[in-house]
This record gives sequence, C-alpha cells and structure tokens, in this order.
Amino acid sequence: MTTPNVVLHVADVHKRFGGLHALADIDLQVEEGQTHAIIGPNGAGKSTLLNVIIGKLAPSSGQVVFDGAILTGRKPYEINQLGIARVFQTPEIFADLSVLHNVMIPALAKRDGAFKLNLLRSLDSETGIRQEAEDMLEDVGMHSRREMAAGSLSRGDKRRMELAMCLIQHPRLLLLDEPTAGMSRHDTNTTIELLKKIKSRGMTKVIIEHDMHVVFSLADKISVLAQGRIIADGTPDQVRGNPKVQEAYLGGAH
Amino acid sequence: MTVMSRNDLLLFLGFTVVVLAMPIWLHPFGAAYPDLLQRFMIYGIFAVGFNILFGLTGYLSFGHAAFFGVGSYAAVWSFKLLSLDAIPAMIFAIVISGLFALIIGYVSLRRSGIYFSILTLAFAQMSYNLAYSVLTPITNGETGLQLTLNDPRYLDRAMFEAAPGQPVPTLLGQSLGGFAGFYFCAGFLILAFFIAQRITSSPFGMMLKGIKSNQTRMNYTGFNTKPYTLAAFVISGMYAGLAGALLAVTDPLAGAERMQWTASGEVVLMTILGGAGTLVGPVIGAWLIKYFENIFSAINENILHRFFDFLPDGVDNVLVAISSKFVGEGWFLTLGLVFVLIVVFLPGGIMEGVRRIAHLFDRSRRSPTKPGKATPHPQPAE
Repeated sequence: MTTPNVVLHVADVHKRFGGLHALADIDLQVEEGQTHAIIGPNGAGKSTLLNVIIGKLAPSSGQVVFDGAILTGRKPYEINQLGIARVFQTPEIFADLSVLHNVMIPALAKRDGAFKLNLLRSLDSETGIRQEAEDMLEDVGMHSRREMAAGSLSRGDKRRMELAMCLIQHPRLLLLDEPTAGMSRHDTNTTIELLKKIKSRGMTKVIIEHDMHVVFSLADKISVLAQGRIIADGTPDQVRGNPKVQEAYLGGAH
Repeated sequence: MTVMSRNDLLLFLGFTVVVLAMPIWLHPFGAAYPDLLQRFMIYGIFAVGFNILFGLTGYLSFGHAAFFGVGSYAAVWSFKLLSLDAIPAMIFAIVISGLFALIIGYVSLRRSGIYFSILTLAFAQMSYNLAYSVLTPITNGETGLQLTLNDPRYLDRAMFEAAPGQPVPTLLGQSLGGFAGFYFCAGFLILAFFIAQRITSSPFGMMLKGIKSNQTRMNYTGFNTKPYTLAAFVISGMYAGLAGALLAVTDPLAGAERMQWTASGEVVLMTILGGAGTLVGPVIGAWLIKYFENIFSAINENILHRFFDFLPDGVDNVLVAISSKFVGEGWFLTLGLVFVLIVVFLPGGIMEGVRRIAHLFDRSRRSPTKPGKATPHPQPAE
C-alpha cells in the first residue's frame, strides 16, 4: 500500500483516552520532500497525533510506518535515530548549557548513536563536530550568540536554536509542533523565512500550526483535523475552498 | 587521548600542589597531622565521585554510604584473605563496589527525582541492616570487621612467612602509617580528581550535563539516557568504594555505621556546601566539614569556660550554656545551621561565593572583557 515516495504513513490509527475518542481512523500519507501541515481547531487531536507519530503515546490501534520501519512501540530515542527530529511547542533545550553545546549534543547523537562511553576524549578535540555546530549556527543567524547560556535567549531565539539542534542531525523527517506559538509577528516572520530556507534542502516536514498565515505560506499539503478525524486533505487551495473546513472552523467547533 | 586544555591543566597542577603541600599550609590551622589529612583525602574522593552523579547528572543519591561501606568491607576482606598489601585491596574494593552500584543503580534508575533518592536511601538502609545483623558472618556485625593474626592471607603466606605482631596494611612491604598513609591517599585523590576532570570535559560528561539540564530533549535527540545515568552511577559508586577502601587501609576496621544514612547525608552536604557541579567545590566542602567536625567535636564545656573567661560570671555561664549545645556531640547542630545558611544565601555553594567575589573584583577593575570569558551566565566546571 505504501507507494515508494511516501516516507511517513500513519495507517488507520485510533487513540482513545478512556471514553474519549481522541483520534479516529487517521490515515495520513506524507510524501518525501513535502511540507505537510496538520491544522484544526483546538482539541482536534493535532498534538495527540504528533505524539503518536513520535512515540510519546502508543496508539490504541493502527500503526505508524516511517520509510518501511514501524515506529509504533519504539522509544523516542530510537525514532530519532531512524531520522526523525522534533521541534516542540515550548522549546525543549538545554537551558544551562551554552548555545554552541546545545547544538553540538545532537551532532554527537547523530555521529555516535544512542550510547557511547566516550569519556577519554576531550570535547575540545571534537573540532569537526564543533565546526559543524558553528556552521549550523551561522545558517540560522545565531553564531554571535554561541557562548550565551541557552536559557537566557529570547523565545524566538530559543526556537531558532532548537531548529538548529534538529537540522544539524540532517533528519529525513522534521516534526514541528506549532513552531510560532506565542511569538511576536516579527519572530513569526523570521521563523517562516527560516523554514522556507530549509524547505529548499528537500527535507520532509510535518507541521502542526494554528496560524493560517504560517500554514499557507509553507505547506505543500494540508490535512484538516476536527474532533479526532481528518475531514479534508489536499493542497492549500483545495482546503481553503472546502465547505467542511469552513464549517469546522466557523460553526462546527461550537 | 588528547592533551588537556590549558585551563584544565593549570587547575590540575594547582590542585596537585595544594594537596601535596597540605602538611605545610595546614600547619597554622593545627590540622597537619596524618590522621586528619588522610580523612581529608578520603572524603575528598568520596565527594568528587558523588558529584559525578549529583552535580553532573542531576541524580541525588541518598545512599552512597552503602558503596563506601562495601569498599571498606571488601578491602578488609582482601587483607584477611589475600594479602596485607594495599593494592589488591583497592582493586578488589573498587570492583565489588562497582558491581554493587550496578545492581542498585539498575533498579533505582528506573525512577528519577525524589523517587530515585528514596530508592537509593532504601537500598542503603537495607545494606546497613544487612551489615549490622543479617550478614554477621561476613561483616562481623556490631563489632566490625577486623584483622587478626589467624587470617589466612593466602597470597602473603604463599610468598613469605607472615610477619609476627599485629597485622597492618602495607604497600609493597612498606608501612602505610603516618604521612606515608597520607601521601598514599593523596595520590588517589589527585588521580580521582584527574579522572573526574577528564569525564567532565569529555563528550560523555557533556551528555551527563545534558541529562541534568533536559532529559526529554536528550531522548528526542537520539540518546538512550539509561546507560548514561547508569554509567555515572557506577562510576560514582566506584569512587565511594575507593574512598571506603582507603579508610580501611589507614584504619583496618570496617563497621556498619559507615553505611548509615547520616554518612550518606554527609556527602550530600559536602557536595552542596562546596558547590555541586563544580570540580573543586565538593573537595573543599569535604575538607571544611571534616576540619570543623574535628574542631567542634573536640570542644567541651571546660574549653568554652576558658574561652568566655573575660566576661562577667553570669554572662559567661549563659554563653557557655548556649554555645555548648553547638559543640561536641552537638556539632551536627552547627553543621545544620551552616548548611541552611549556605543553601539560602549561596545556593551554588562556596564556589558560587568565590565566583561572586571574583566578579566583583572584575567589575571594580573595569578591565577590558577578555574574549575567552564572554559567557554571561556562570557555567561551572567547563
């Protein structure tokens, strides 16, 4: 059933929390190199879906297949090692460490795998990794702040650094959970620019977003989620004109 | 292996000089006698190792005295069964305490935060009770494990006739009493410090800091954090075992009280007092606590009376009555007070105090900012 260019396939996934049917009958195919947005009103199940993909939640039934490998039942670190990186709604960063070290850590995970008892080398001798991290910070425009403690960055910069932490791993799939949530208009725009820039690298992205401005400027394909079901699927133009979507956003949610 | 950075090398050399010269510079403080100096070394090692788990990885163990005690018992057993030489005893103690830490760590690390702390405390108290009563054939219970003339000492007897007289631990035939014992322990403290320094500045050490800072991010970044935390746990358990073994070398008697929760709590205090997460902080904390324990617990009412002699009689008596509660047996009251003050006013411990003072000097001199030290946020041990 999986066609060769479908890299992520969420197959017939259901998720129940007690009596609540949070996700029903989700079937989602993400094609290689595309930016696939998942939108929907509050409580539609967007974050639940992302958590099922990333392995934080186990689906009640169904499975998630990434490039031929079943993700269901795997631990987050295993899923990352398969080539999936995630940006969180609230940036998950190493607040006590410097920006440079924040970016070096994922690079080491990519090179050394899930565990390596690497205690005789000095970090200073990791010049290759360091250079890689500095180049990455240059790319996202944060090189001048590399020695700062990550916790003291502005929210927009934390997000950009988190993005750099994901990008340095060259993931095949990048999951973004509301990457512009709580950001000022200015920060939102710089984040969109940055995401457009990495789009040209051919990375597959799944993006969950509230902000329609962000969605329509980035997405190749959009799936609309309402009350745990996908009610529409297609290109931005198709979705925009879909009456069911308008109902979910304007009337049905009430 | 690669060369250390210049700062690391300077810190290491400075530390080595300070340690080796202790008999000289501690003389004015009345602390330059071998027995106390040995304890400085031993508890310094204990705290350095504890800091790898607590300061670096962020896991607060309340049961590290168990590994300290296991190290002591293992060393004494090595003296009894194998040889009076200290080297096999140290190796044996480190291996046994490492295995012990592997088992306890494997179970305790299934939880984090307060549950982890409680699990380690429970294991340590179990170990204490085992040593105190259940395992009497191995630990000799309340009396403590001692060396006797009739010990088998297979290795020694295979090689030469056992020397007559009370058996004492040796190093290649040399006695380890007095200052020889101090330098023996000092060598281990310097080595322990060096290894901790390497770990801190290694990619592995960085992962431990990452785990302390944000374990969720570590998981989603592709790290299996379990083996990292377990490795940190075992390494710090081996440090504790080494310290326990050294205590048995300098005084070949292992008792169960070494494993009690107060002993576990003491190493927590040392690390926090000095500055958790820094390299030298825990050592300084250990030294200060052992130094003041030595002084305060030796003070009694007579000494206090002489001290307050210059005051009128009534005042004198009141002051003695109050202050006598804080000395001698009451030393822990003083320790508790100091600890509260540190945690409230200097949560980063003495090292934070040092940093603040250095910062003050920097500012008052208004020196041009050095490019290498542009980090606005203090980052200990990097």
